[in-house]
Formats: sequence, C-alpha cells, structure tokens
Amino acid sequence: MFVLIKRIFITGWHGITRDGGMITANIFIMTMAIFMISSLFFFRDLSAFLVANIQERADVSVYFKNDAIEEDILKVKREVGSIPEVKEVNYISSEEAFERFIERHSSNPVLMESLAEVGTNPFLASLGVKAFEADQYAGVVGFLENFQFNYLIEKIDYYERKPVIERIYGLTAAFSRVGVIVSVILILVAVMITFNAVRISIYNSREEIKIQRLVGASNLFIKGPFLVQGAISGFFSALICFLFFALLAWGLDTRAEFLFPGFGLLSFFIANLWMILSIQILSGIGLGVVSSFIAVKKYLKV
Amino acid sequence: MITFQNVSKVYHPNIIALENASFQIVPKEFVCLVGKSGAGKTTLLKLLLAEEKPSQGQVFFNEQNIGNIKMDHLPVLRRQIGAVFQDYKLLNFKTVYENIAYAMEVIGASDAEIKRDMPEILDVVGLSHKTSSFPIELSGGEKQRVAIARALIHRPKVILADEPTGNLDPYHTLDIIRLLLKINEFGTTIILSTHNREVINSLGKRVITLQEGKIIRDEKQGRFIL
Ligand SMILES: Nc1ncnc2c1ncn2[C@@H]1O[C@H](COP(=O)(O)OP(=O)(O)OP(=O)(O)O)[C@@H](O)[C@H]1O
Ligand SMILES: [Mg+2]
Repeated sequence: MFVLIKRIFITGWHGITRDGGMITANIFIMTMAIFMISSLFFFRDLSAFLVANIQERADVSVYFKNDAIEEDILKVKREVGSIPEVKEVNYISSEEAFERFIERHSSNPVLMESLAEVGTNPFLASLGVKAFEADQYAGVVGFLENFQFNYLIEKIDYYERKPVIERIYGLTAAFSRVGVIVSVILILVAVMITFNAVRISIYNSREEIKIQRLVGASNLFIKGPFLVQGAISGFFSALICFLFFALLAWGLDTRAEFLFPGFGLLSFFIANLWMILSIQILSGIGLGVVSSFIAVKKYLKV
Repeated sequence: MITFQNVSKVYHPNIIALENASFQIVPKEFVCLVGKSGAGKTTLLKLLLAEEKPSQGQVFFNEQNIGNIKMDHLPVLRRQIGAVFQDYKLLNFKTVYENIAYAMEVIGASDAEIKRDMPEILDVVGLSHKTSSFPIELSGGEKQRVAIARALIHRPKVILADEPTGNLDPYHTLDIIRLLLKINEFGTTIILSTHNREVINSLGKRVITLQEGKIIRDEKQGRFIL
C-alpha cells in the first residue's frame, strides 16, 4: 500500500512537471482564491483584536474646570453612572492624574523637568466613562454636552477616538461583506479552473489511461495521480500566497501603525504565523483535491 | 486455459471481424496466428484482453467468462497477461525504464524487485543505453522492443504478441523469437500473431490461419499458407 501511494505521488508529480503549461494558470487563480480566503480569516481576527484593544481604551474623558469642586464632580459621576448605556465611571482627581503622570514618565527627564518648571499641578480632574458598546458613545457624549452641569466641564475628549473606532467598524463591515462575496466568487472560479485543468489533463491522457488499463492498472493507481496533481498545485499556491502575505505584512507594517496606532501588522502576522500558514495550506490542498475529485468522478469513467 | 466458443465480433453490421471462431489453447502451448491484413488477428487478441466484448459466443480464460467480466476483475485478468500491442501502446510521458517498470508497479512489485529484474530484460531487448529516453525519441523498432520488455518483465502466464517483430530487422527478429521460445519452454503460454513467413515456417508450432474473420486452418505443426 505504501508503495502504491508513493507511486501515485510520483506519477502525479510527473504529470505536472512533464505536462507543464496549464499548471501556471491554475496556480495563479488558486493563489488568488487562497489569498482571499485567508484574508477573510486574517481580517476577522485583526478587527476583533483592534476593536477589543480600542474598546478597552475607548472611554470618554470628561475634564472639569480647575475651579470645579469635588462634591459637584461626584454628583456628575452619579448622574452619568445612572445612564443605562454606561458601563462604568471612574473619577480621577487632579492629584491622582499628577501622580499617575509622574509614575508613568519618571524615567523621562525632559518631561519631568518641564513639569517642575510649571510649578503647580497642571492636570485637571476628570471622569473616565466607559459604555457597553462603541456605538453608544455618541449618545453618552450628546448627553454630557446638554447637561445641566455643563458649566463645570472644560472639555470632553472623545472625538479623537471616535474616528478610529468608526474606521475600524466601517472597514471590518465593508471588508467582511465584500470579502465573503469575492471569496465565494474566487473559490468558484478556482474550483472551475482547477476542475478544467484536471479535465483537460484527463482528456490529454485518455490514450495513456486506456493503456494503463490494458496493462492491468487498478482504479486507484490511475485516478490517484490526478488528485495528487490537484493537491500539489494547491500546495504550491498556498506557499506562494503565504510569501505574498509575509511581504505585505512587512511592507505595510508602518502604514498600519499609522492607521491604527498601537497596532503592529508584522508582529500580528508573526504571532498568527502558524494559523495563517495552516489555513492557507489546508484551503489550497482542499481546493485542489475537491476540484480534481469532481473532474475525475465526472470524466474518468472506468 | 483459453477457450473460444463460436465467437463472433461484429464492429458494424457490415464489418464482421471474427465469425464463429472456436478453438482451445492449453497451458504452455505456443500458438501462431496468421492471416492477411484485416483477417481478424488483432480482434481475436482484443477479445482475450477483454478490450472488446464478443458479439456472439463466449471467451474463457481459466474458466472465467471474459465476455461479461466485471469491471473490478479486469485488472486482475490483465495482470496475468503480457501483451505486446501492434501499435506498441507505450506511455508517452514515461521513460523507457518507467514504461517497462509500469507493468511491475501494476502488479504491486517492490522497487527492489523492479531494480533486480530490470537489467536482465533491458539487456535482452538491447535497450540498456536508452533507459531515460521517452518514446517519441525512439525508433519504431526500439519502441517495439520496449513493448516486448513490458509484456515480459512481470512473468505473466500468457503472452499475447501482436506482430512483435513487424518493425524489427532480421537480427532482432531472431533474438525476440528465440526469447519467446525460451520463455515458452519455461512454461509460459504464447500467442504470436505475425506476417513473417520465415518465422512461422522455422518455428514448426501450432498455426491458426484466419481469413476474413473465419478460422480456415488449425494445424498442430503448421506452415505459413495464405
Ligand atoms: N474498432 C473497430 N471498428 C470497426 N472496425 C474495426 C475495428 N477494429 C477492427 N476493425 C475491422 O475488423 C477487421 C479485422 O481487423 P483486425 O485489426 O483484427 O485485423 P488484423 O488481422 O489484426 O490485421 P493486421 O494484420 O493489419 O493487423 C478489419 O476489417 C478492420 O477494419
Ligand atoms: Mg492486427
């Protein structure tokens, strides 16, 4: 049995290397399909990662005027906390903000020096507001802007994050919609092209197949190489696709960093290396084998 | 071992390739098939390989009715038969070595066995220096010798040789016929179809003569008479 499997692989490999031509177009379209499929997975994970990351940080910060007294601020805190969309509210006094700053930047002499130059505590007291969902922030901010204690508020720091969140949501939604459609189309095209390549390969080999039968070759021995042919082109497409992915991750690393601060495309790619590689190889081999199988089933009558 | 019972093969209502043929071949026999071109020799051999089905009558190989053989028994039947086809039927994408080895791969021989048997057969057919050539790079006679080697290497019980020397020079023809005789002595049944008068007459074996699809003569120690 092992010998048979080995021979089926060798024959399939020869079918590719000695028949050439067709395989190039085949690999090209398969690469595109695999690229789309794995991009879908990649982006799903990527957007989950980004959104989780930003949702964690995406709170509305309400800074209070210097002369606002703590009692009023706490009153505001209770009011805001009673809005149903609000998950939690944290009060950070100006002293706390000052300490946190020192804690975080004590190793940075330039910052420390300029802070010392100011002399007083330059930080404002603030409330950090977290909502349950990112799209509820607009409502929360709207509420704060038309608030009875409006006069206490120096500024509401939300608009800086809002575009980022919206960008991610927009991109993710658009990408998964378009991505699914494009993937389905590409998968169909890839299956059709691979199917056709194998069909033509069967057609070109019809004399050979007849001869193989005449000298007593078993079904498996005749059909197997065609499946192997599909699997091999799928495998190579997957490898090409993976290289392409790696190049993209490396090339777009800085751009992604600019678009989504705090996000490293390359490190994300490296962290998910095995998952991406296995998705690509599995979908490549799967595509190849399934399409060859259909072609063999349909055109290689025994 | 091989029995034809009133076998007819009609390709087309007015092309009767074989008509009411009956004969028997016992194990270890050496049988020559002669007849003019179009007499039905190849057709007869095709019926034995189950490449064609008889239109009438029955063909038996070791008690098995080949006329209605099941598809999955076909490989088993064919592995017992080594066929040299008139048109060679080599695998064009395989080298000489791979073509010959194929007959052994098909019966599930190991690579070691193939390596062991290959040099001898290559030597016999005189192709030791062409092992990595592809069929299109070979002359007609060389292709024929590859076909012969492929039919012999797995030591089948029966060899069907359809014009195996048609493209060979007298020197190689003699070699191949001697080889077939030797294999026959070791116990392999041989059915040889040929136009070669000298070969038939020098062999002094059984000769079945076909004419327009009918068996007109079947002699124990026949001669080439058309
Ligand atoms: N597939 C086919 N379809 C229709 N007619 C066929 C087919 N094969 C053979 N024939 C016809 O059957 C007859 C016998 O052919 P066959 O090939 O058996 O002759 P042969 O004795 O082998 O001839 P040769 O010595 O030229 O090889 C011929 O008239 C041929 O035209
Ligand atoms: Mg013939």
